[in-house]
Amino acid sequence: MSIIKAKQLVHEFIRRDDEGNVDSITTALDHVDLDVQPGQFIAILGHNGSGKSTLAKHINTLLAPDEGTLWVDDMDATLEENIIPIRRSAGMVFQNPDNQIIASVVEEDVAFGPENLGIPSDEIKERVRNSLKSVGMSKYRTHSPNKLSGGQKQRVAIAGVVAMEPKCIVFDEPTAMLDPNGRKEVIATAHKLNKTKGVTIILITHYMEEVVGADHVYVMEHGKIIMDGTPREIFSDVEACKEHRLDVPQVTLLADELRQAGMPLPKGVLTRDELKQNLIELYQNPVKRREFFANMSGKSFETQIPKKRTYVQDEKRDIIVDHVSYEYSAGTAYMIRALDDVSLQIPRGQFVGIIGHTGSGKSTLVSHLNGLLKATSGHIYVDGQDIYEEGYKIRELRSKVGLVFQYPEHQLFETTNFKDVCFGPRNQGLDEKTVELRAFEALEQVGFPTELFDASPFDLSGGQKRRVAIAGVLAMHPEVLILDEPTAGLDPAGRDEILGLLAKMHEEMNITIILVSHSMEDVAEYVDRIIVMNQGKVMYDDAPREVFKRYLELEQISLAAPQVTYLMHELQDEGVPVDPTATTVAEAAEKVIAAFGA
Amino acid sequence: MLRDITIGQYYPANSPIHKLDPRVKLFATLIYIIALFVFKGALGFAIITAGLGAMILISKVPFSYIVKGLKAIVVILIITCMFNLLFTRGNINLWTFGPFNISDTGIKNAVMLVFRLIYLIMGTSLMTLTTTPNQLTDGLEKSMRYLAKIKFPVHAIAMMMSIALRFIPILIDETDKIMKAQMARGAEFETGGVIKRAKAMVPLLVPLFVSAFRRADDLAMAMEARCYNGGEGRTKMNPLRYHKKDAIAYIIIFAFLAAVICARIFLPWPM
Repeated sequence: MSIIKAKQLVHEFIRRDDEGNVDSITTALDHVDLDVQPGQFIAILGHNGSGKSTLAKHINTLLAPDEGTLWVDDMDATLEENIIPIRRSAGMVFQNPDNQIIASVVEEDVAFGPENLGIPSDEIKERVRNSLKSVGMSKYRTHSPNKLSGGQKQRVAIAGVVAMEPKCIVFDEPTAMLDPNGRKEVIATAHKLNKTKGVTIILITHYMEEVVGADHVYVMEHGKIIMDGTPREIFSDVEACKEHRLDVPQVTLLADELRQAGMPLPKGVLTRDELKQNLIELYQNPVKRREFFANMSGKSFETQIPKKRTYVQDEKRDIIVDHVSYEYSAGTAYMIRALDDVSLQIPRGQFVGIIGHTGSGKSTLVSHLNGLLKATSGHIYVDGQDIYEEGYKIRELRSKVGLVFQYPEHQLFETTNFKDVCFGPRNQGLDEKTVELRAFEALEQVGFPTELFDASPFDLSGGQKRRVAIAGVLAMHPEVLILDEPTAGLDPAGRDEILGLLAKMHEEMNITIILVSHSMEDVAEYVDRIIVMNQGKVMYDDAPREVFKRYLELEQISLAAPQVTYLMHELQDEGVPVDPTATTVAEAAEKVIAAFGA
Repeated sequence: MLRDITIGQYYPANSPIHKLDPRVKLFATLIYIIALFVFKGALGFAIITAGLGAMILISKVPFSYIVKGLKAIVVILIITCMFNLLFTRGNINLWTFGPFNISDTGIKNAVMLVFRLIYLIMGTSLMTLTTTPNQLTDGLEKSMRYLAKIKFPVHAIAMMMSIALRFIPILIDETDKIMKAQMARGAEFETGGVIKRAKAMVPLLVPLFVSAFRRADDLAMAMEARCYNGGEGRTKMNPLRYHKKDAIAYIIIFAFLAAVICARIFLPWPM
């Protein structure tokens, strides 16, 4: 008995021009077959535009198929009268936590679904209580959703669906907009519902590490299912995953690299523990080790390891943050000390990562660097000048220090991409010719295709929009470029593109780049230096490998070091003589091979 | 700065006022507003001040929280105050210059108006601070339910109101963010003449509208996914039912209004 059965499902989005003629047809679903058994945990992977969300909306009858059949809980989804019953048995959790909470109090929002179903008041209360308990949010029953973190809001949204007692819940990229903590909370909640209540889960995501616990994985691209199998089967084929631009977990990547170097490791290693056990076994077995040594391909990872760059400190050119503190709502009972005696010196040309979880003060810190916030106490020097000194031109500072905010595409407003990029330089008071020249240059620098210069920014994909927004700041010719979570909400392919772009810009344009992020793995590969913020203070400020040595302390403030760092330390603890300071996959592979060869 | 607007924000606390039926609070607010414009004389003023003070005390909402709501109307307060002060002619004219004129009645009117407006905002924000938007709209929906008989879309309006209230703080936050982002690109919102300022709003308003529409789209889908199908056949988790405390509250409200009216009739002095 399947709970969801799709046969040859087709859905087309038809775009019409102003006269109603067909402009273009996008096939979002292309003959998709799906078969889900009750109680299963299913994951659907794919990057943006692969059709996975369209598929999800069919299961909830928010979209109707153009061709093919779809049965949800033995009801034909194409029939009008089945719409409400199907929505009742297949609930849905969406991507944006803010845009799916209807009420201003947590428990009232959870009650919204059951209220719509016409359930008696006493039973609604019971259901609200139970579902909040099942997602671990009972404590926040009477709170306003605005005061909750992203992960908590998402759990409220899940409770809202659970309260309708569905047999199946579809999660449509529930973690795309969350920080690592929030992501963990949501995925753990989904697993818990699956195990304790037997709810069928369909998790749609672009993060590979979230599908490791699933029973079955489907991979979608261009509206088709291109791979399906257990997570292990999917991950066995690292080459295929890379080809489809899927984000393979670091551990799997490392295992694959080592296997290619000649190590006798199984295919599709999923967890850190698995790889550790395999490596230890191999290390302790002298016969196998010798065998490996004989087979070693001699592949070197040296070239993939980023080179160490050095910078000279120069007080006349650096950004100097001198004992800066900042308080929100100073003088009231709601005072929050967002920055607490922060001192930093950032040399010209450095690539810096500022890491901390939500609320650690990292965004507040960067807002100070271009004068959008003024410190409650302390000084900031840019090019040897105190920016708080009377007569200092804050506008000039904003040209010097460019700041790209989180979700920068939300600030696009012009009719064409080109005009939007012109906004910044025009505000600098440049003449029209220079403005256009700079806009052109900036769009080129971010690798934006020329034929889209005159298109509307609202017609672009998420990653392209973000490029335009970054170009909008670049066109002002900043000497320092600050980016606040530039990869938030992008799929892994988009994320790699943006990070690659930044690395290229850093190399070619020789500007200082400050990257604010909550993901260690993202920044470890690119930056020269990591500043870890916690509760408004600088906790660590050093080269990545030095910072990651403190992985245990980092964990306490819920920041995880890259997976390979953990693995290397664990190997060392077990007696394998590896140098544990590796921060990237290539480095780790190099070090493991070195240890085995010794 | 935009964060300081408290209208529409709920302050969770466990007080008798929080527990009252929203219909009572709506009615009380209406009576309070009537009282504000009916009263005359120091005694009436004292009664209203005492009433408001007592409500704030009982509600357990911090006084500073209520005062914060006033920041939003400071400009309106100053403008109305100036108009009353400068354009009223009275018995004793203290200063005249062209059309401007400061008189005793002007001063009195200006002071009274400022007090009325401040009290008005404090009273109404006390209601929104102690009533969740959903309760509020429930209250409105139920008080006006007979209007549905003449095809007035009571439920739809109540639903729209509660959604609007939920999204006001989110959109305010968003405005703040977009403003900062455009300022980082060199935009100026606070300098220049009227036309320049109006033009400067375009980079703020366009993204804001785009975002509001996107949110509306998302929300509509999320509501549909949770089986929302209009007001018909809906039940409520906490249906409104009057309790004994609500009856007591009604008595207090009428007593308050009666006291204010009596004060006006018998002791209108000194105003």
